[in-house]
Amino acid sequence: MDVASLTIEQVRAGLLGRRFSAAELAAEALRFAEAQNPKTNAYLRFSPERALAAAKRVDEAIARGEDPGPLAGVPVAVKDVILTEGLTTTCGSGLLEHYVPPYDATAIARLEQAGGIIVGKTNCDEFAMGSSNENSAFGPVRNPVAPDRVPGGSSGGSAAAVAQGTAVVALGSDTGGSVRQPASFCGVVGVTPTYGRVSRYGLTAFASSLDHIGPLARNVRDAAVLLGVIAGRDPADSTSADAPVPDYTKALDGQVKGVRLGLPREYLKDLTSETGDLLARGVGVLKKLGCEVRDISLPSTEYAIATYYIIATAEASSNLARFDGVRYTMRSASSDTLSDMYRNTRGTGFGAECKRRIMLGTYVLSAGYYDAYYLQAQKVRGLIAQDFARVFELVDAVIAPVSPFPAFRLGEKVDDPLAMYLSDIYTITGSLAGIPCMSVPCGKTGAGLPVGMQILARHFDEPTMLQLADAFEKAGGSA
Amino acid sequence: MKITEKEVRYVADLANLKLTDDEVKRFGADLDQILEHMDKLKEIDTSDMEPMAQVLYDAEETATLRADVPRPPLSNQAALANAPQPGAGYFKVPKVIER
Repeated sequence: MDVASLTIEQVRAGLLGRRFSAAELAAEALRFAEAQNPKTNAYLRFSPERALAAAKRVDEAIARGEDPGPLAGVPVAVKDVILTEGLTTTCGSGLLEHYVPPYDATAIARLEQAGGIIVGKTNCDEFAMGSSNENSAFGPVRNPVAPDRVPGGSSGGSAAAVAQGTAVVALGSDTGGSVRQPASFCGVVGVTPTYGRVSRYGLTAFASSLDHIGPLARNVRDAAVLLGVIAGRDPADSTSADAPVPDYTKALDGQVKGVRLGLPREYLKDLTSETGDLLARGVGVLKKLGCEVRDISLPSTEYAIATYYIIATAEASSNLARFDGVRYTMRSASSDTLSDMYRNTRGTGFGAECKRRIMLGTYVLSAGYYDAYYLQAQKVRGLIAQDFARVFELVDAVIAPVSPFPAFRLGEKVDDPLAMYLSDIYTITGSLAGIPCMSVPCGKTGAGLPVGMQILARHFDEPTMLQLADAFEKAGGSA
Repeated sequence: MKITEKEVRYVADLANLKLTDDEVKRFGADLDQILEHMDKLKEIDTSDMEPMAQVLYDAEETATLRADVPRPPLSNQAALANAPQPGAGYFKVPKVIER
């Protein structure tokens, strides 16, 4: 068996046809992942005991003649911001190097209930803050396609693991593009579901009004299966929606003739030429499939970066206040008073980007600046959401780039935080509006670097989004 | 200059972050550049907009309420398992009252 290219369907067929057992597959996947990891640093740690125990349960279910679940035996990588009971979860931070969660995230419980096998926890930017995976306390991740380049971030380890074939699918988290941008850079599929579609219980909070858990996969179908498993109301997360979860794989019927697509003119100005060319070619493929493409405008786009980085850092400064040296493993040793202990622990525990964002978020919330920055940003967020609402009266989905450029070199942008923030422009608008969006591979540059195409849809219309991506992939758009 | 060194130190204090002198300089310069970009938001008239404080989905106002039924909480032992300094079933901290 070639673990590096397996799909969920192939795993299922292999298990039910008794060509291999879940235990054999798990052992082989772990062996392969551990052997490959030095090339990318995608995994921070492996979980062989947990994986083999889960595989055993799948094998026993099959032996009893039961349905072993939609993810039966499927090796899954999990971003290290998602809590796993008894399995160290660091959030890419030195502050949590030894943190062992006392409970599982709901998404973790659901994927294991569905027969999924957790191979290990993947590297990421510290507390999911970054666009390159260079902000991890445990070293950067290398892009498996081009090892001198970043995999994107912040779910860089999850995207790299899927691209490298060391997991069939992975869970990432997306606040402003952290699933879609690394998916684009590594040449895999990455889905950010509608806000509230997937429970965030057990996802370490970064910016609560923007945080999502989302799947990464090597094809649209696998992403759709994983999304179906983790989606749905969860009493432990009051922001999770009570909307019914459709069978997303049923949407993958190729019937995209007549689907109306919008191409926002504001998104096409600042692309590198190859990214622009590949996107244009992708739009051509969709036209050939019978989609109607029209020019649209999202006029508030130019305010999106400022809006996002005010709201996200404000929420982060509040959420990260809990890491104060009292409950979460690390405490600065030499502090005589409580307030010194807080300051020393946080000053030495957080990395530079986290501190920068905590500072920014604290500033925009502080007396005298709240109205000018935070409140104004919340109002502009409303305008950005209105832009999309208006556009979705005319079209069924929006097609856009994911990033202005393909994967950049390690170190290329670390000294210019604003430039790094500005590169998030095409992914943060959908995050601010709370709509479902995804990246699907749409070809490679002359140098062989993958480029993703973004599809954005109406709230809870993941079916149309996945249907388009699947039809695009099957028509050869991703090649 | 959007932000002075004194303001950087004040904000660090609010955020409970001890910064080195180098960090104060560096974050001051970074914040200055970022806040300059954020001033863009002052261009837009938002007088008829409500702040979008939440991303809501269509549901009854009571949709997120649940029955008030007691459930077993996280055990004391589990809650303290990650504490840097547990003691007698509590989180221990340095003295709170400063002289």
